Amino acid sequence: MSDLTKLTITEARDGLAAKEFSAKELADSHIRAIDAGNEALNAYILPTPEKALAMAEASDQRIARGESGPLEGIPLGIKDLFCTKGVRTTACSQILDDFKPTYESTVTQNIWDAGAVLLGKLNNDEFAMGSSNESSAFGCCVNPWRRNGDETNLVPGGSSGGSASAVAANLCLGAVGTDTGGSIRQPAAFTGIVGLKPTYGRCSRWGIVAFASSLDQAGPLAKTVEDAALLLQVMASHDPKDTTSIDTPVPDYRKGLRNGIKGLKIGIPEEYRVDGMPEDIEDLWRKGIDWMKAAGAEIQEVSLPHTKYALPAYYIVAPAEASSNLARYDGVRYGQRIPGDDLLEMYENSRAEGFGAEVKRRILIGTYVLSAGYYDAYYQKAQKIRTLIKNDFTDAFEKVDLLLTPTTPAPAFGIGEVSGDPVQMYLNDVFTVTVNMAGLPGLSVPAGLSSEGTPLGLQLIAKPLDEETLLQAGYALEEAAGPLPVPENWWNK
Amino acid sequence: MKVDEATVRHIARLARIKVTDEEAKNLETELSAILTWVEQLGEVDTRNVAPLTSVVQMSMKKREDQVSDGDCADDIIANAPEVADHFFVVPKVVE
Repeated sequence: MSDLTKLTITEARDGLAAKEFSAKELADSHIRAIDAGNEALNAYILPTPEKALAMAEASDQRIARGESGPLEGIPLGIKDLFCTKGVRTTACSQILDDFKPTYESTVTQNIWDAGAVLLGKLNNDEFAMGSSNESSAFGCCVNPWRRNGDETNLVPGGSSGGSASAVAANLCLGAVGTDTGGSIRQPAAFTGIVGLKPTYGRCSRWGIVAFASSLDQAGPLAKTVEDAALLLQVMASHDPKDTTSIDTPVPDYRKGLRNGIKGLKIGIPEEYRVDGMPEDIEDLWRKGIDWMKAAGAEIQEVSLPHTKYALPAYYIVAPAEASSNLARYDGVRYGQRIPGDDLLEMYENSRAEGFGAEVKRRILIGTYVLSAGYYDAYYQKAQKIRTLIKNDFTDAFEKVDLLLTPTTPAPAFGIGEVSGDPVQMYLNDVFTVTVNMAGLPGLSVPAGLSSEGTPLGLQLIAKPLDEETLLQAGYALEEAAGPLPVPENWWNK
Repeated sequence: MKVDEATVRHIARLARIKVTDEEAKNLETELSAILTWVEQLGEVDTRNVAPLTSVVQMSMKKREDQVSDGDCADDIIANAPEVADHFFVVPKVVE
């Protein structure tokens, strides 16, 4: 039997349906791949092989009875931000200690209801705060890609770094992540895979460890655009337990996937041509424009004048909401407690010990901008800027159907290369964060390699709730770019 | 915007995070850098702009005012560091 871990979800579904292999064999191949490769990649912080085999056996029984769900027997990895019943969930923070949720997040419940198999919990930046996975309490996850002729370990991006690394290294068929400022799309670009951030509210946030509630959104990381469509199909739902979840029917995302993009109008935002952008990225963007033109799309320059303010505004809104959301970690109801002489000192000790440096930095920034006398100057101001950013997109979408941009301003960097300066690290999200600020859906598609031999992605942005057109254009982009080379396996023991 | 060490200590107290002297010094530099960087937002005229409250227009759903969950005290205390029966235990707060 050929290596089952190299299949796409679409191919694995066909193979399972044709009884070429069983769900158990499929799970088993992945468990062996994780055994061999996870030590070097650190993508899984908690593999769950026994659970995977039990779930796969149950899948095989359902397949035998002709009761297959849409993801029946498909082995997936889950970012450690999703609460999984009875399975340790830490957000990769020490403060959650050995937390075992007594409930299941809506998105993961949807996935299990569709028949998928849990391979384990995946690494991420602590509380999803980061763009490199370096802030994880479990240590950095490693990108399966390396630069040409160079053995330096590269970051997989973040915060869904484990999800991206696991998909790219065939340690799962697909993964579930979250995106607050680029946390699905940036790591997808860094590892040469597809990453989709849906419209805010398309997937329920219930049971996901909260970072910045007005920005957080769950989405898939996958090997192909079609796989991403399959995963989103199951993840998306209206959920009465999340008041921000959108109550509109979930369309069939694969239906129009192959319809092509003839006649679609694609906007190129001039403000995304930032100073000092590497030649590689410029070239790739130009290529992307040519591909879309060749496929019959109409290209138009558009302007999003407030683009440069999105990132600084984000670094007010996100820490403000984080400081409020993370107030719950006090060493009383769950997680790690460090004793103190009184209640206040117990709080202070528990939080000092439990949170990492980046998380503390953001809580303190958030506390500062929300503190008495500063609310209007910072949070209110940033929320007004968000309105302007959203208006920019609304104006652009009166002229075009989609926007095409690079996903990141540079390819993957080495571990430790950027960690010294927080603001430098934040600049990684300059092209992705606008999408979160406006609540729009965005898709990163692998589109080529940098001069260093590492992957680069292009991003498509659509109108709210227009994931169908987004995926349709993503499919066309993927077809035009052709298959990317795969990274050479250096990570197996 | 520069923050001084006293301000760092004040917000750390508000955020209930103990900071060491060394951390306070580093945070003074780091927080000042971030707050200076976000100052560029001052260039934007937002006088007649409403703050964004919702990214997708919809009215908030309200559920019936009925008990829909509960009777799961064991679940609620399952992960607590210290419990007595169905209570969370904290250091003494009243003398």
